[in-house]
Amino acid sequence: MPEQDIAISVKNLEKSFESLKVLEDINLDICRGEIFVIMGGSGSGKSTLLRTMAGSIPPDSGQIFFGNKALHDLGEEEKDVIKRRFGMSFQSAALLDSLTVEENVSLPLQEHTSLTPNVISIIAKMKLNLVGLQGFENYMPSMLSGGMRKRAGLARAIAMDPEIVFYDEPTAGLDPVMCAVIDRLILDLTRKLNLTSIVVTHNMESVFRIADRIAMLYRGKLLEVGTKQEIKNSKNEIVQQFIKGKIEGPIQLT
Amino acid sequence: MHMMRMFEHIGTMVMDWARVFIDFSSLFSETIYWAVMGPFKKKPLHLHIISDQMVFMGIQSIIIVFFVMFFTGIVLAMQSAPQLIQMGGLIYVASLVTISICRELGPVLTALVIAGRIGAAITAEIGSMKVNEQVEALDTMGINPVRYLVVPKLIALFIMLPCLTVIGDLSGLLGGYLIGVYNLNINSGLYIQTALKFLTLKDIYTGLSKSFVFALIITMIGAYQGFKTRGGAVGVGKATTVSVVTSFILIIIADAIMTGIYYFSGY
Repeated sequence: MPEQDIAISVKNLEKSFESLKVLEDINLDICRGEIFVIMGGSGSGKSTLLRTMAGSIPPDSGQIFFGNKALHDLGEEEKDVIKRRFGMSFQSAALLDSLTVEENVSLPLQEHTSLTPNVISIIAKMKLNLVGLQGFENYMPSMLSGGMRKRAGLARAIAMDPEIVFYDEPTAGLDPVMCAVIDRLILDLTRKLNLTSIVVTHNMESVFRIADRIAMLYRGKLLEVGTKQEIKNSKNEIVQQFIKGKIEGPIQLT
Repeated sequence: MHMMRMFEHIGTMVMDWARVFIDFSSLFSETIYWAVMGPFKKKPLHLHIISDQMVFMGIQSIIIVFFVMFFTGIVLAMQSAPQLIQMGGLIYVASLVTISICRELGPVLTALVIAGRIGAAITAEIGSMKVNEQVEALDTMGINPVRYLVVPKLIALFIMLPCLTVIGDLSGLLGGYLIGVYNLNINSGLYIQTALKFLTLKDIYTGLSKSFVFALIITMIGAYQGFKTRGGAVGVGKATTVSVVTSFILIIIADAIMTGIYYFSGY
């Protein structure tokens, strides 16, 4: 893949917590404009990988490259500037519960731009419109349903027109219809806004609905990276057991 | 073997304390950095959050500070009156109440009340934000959590705690005055005259200088315990308790140290 088509790349990444090895020798290139899904069981290290890529957890060794910049070698200020080009959607949505929905979406704009409050309000409304939450601007997060909170979180993630959006379990805890809505949203946003989306999930339906490419993470190691078809036809027994959700197989349950 | 284990135990304890010290110092220095240097680095203070916090920490605490100090003044006057009557110096109730409130009880009791109300609120807020990924969300948005969450609270309490202390002092004096004049039948003018005769400006500003330090203790301990919170709702509860207890102890220790400094330096 030509250099300029790579949105973000992971080189020889290692990470341990205390004595537990969470990520081992991870190498990945993620292309511009693709939806890249990282799947794996609970405790496989996928959330840690996502957070390391987003710059919030420093790796023990290895590096994340964004363009020609090594993310974790940068100083705090430079790193913050890069982080503004990322958006992150959290499993729990992580809206600040002291602020209204609109204030949540406006927050990064208020902090990082010199736009006037009127303009910020218009942008925030526009982003909320994109995720189908028009009319809920003045609601507090606690008044919203799980799916609505996720969408509000998504609106906040795209507030700064990021180049890359990271999604941590975007469909966890939602009903099947809302899962489909969120999946559609991820697809739409990625294509319409020309984003790169990196999604961590273990919802197989979602994976095959949205992914351009899939990576399977097992016990901190990358087992396989490929397109939907390649993963479906994978010879790896662990991958097969995981995507089919079988109890019997090589996956060790802990 | 036992010896080894004991040394190991002491070793880990020292390491743990060292880590606490390092973490706390870095949080403290980061807070001071953003509060003082931030505005010069195009990172202005969040004025609207500061004013909200001032209302919450200050205005909404006035009633409880009033009650605590008012009744403390009443109790002081009632407790000291019998002894002073025996020595034939009933009138000195006025100066005893005034000096002990302005020098000591006003600043310390107000700080303890605020540690219970505000210190707990700070830890609970930051702690639940921590366990709900909200602190991390701020960080990924490139918004420094210390700058956004701690600095406004510190500045608000730094302004409001001395104000509350003044209100607390006045409430205590009022309590003492009411007992002195209406129960002990001291002449009102004489009471006020005696009270002011022994009160120096130093009593007031040594008291107020303490309240700045207490504000620092309450906010920083509250924030530190908040950021350290782990493990859901139970974790938030534990952190809040630890925060209040630690603040209480540190306020008393800091009070003793500062009183010692004023005492030995001749104040």
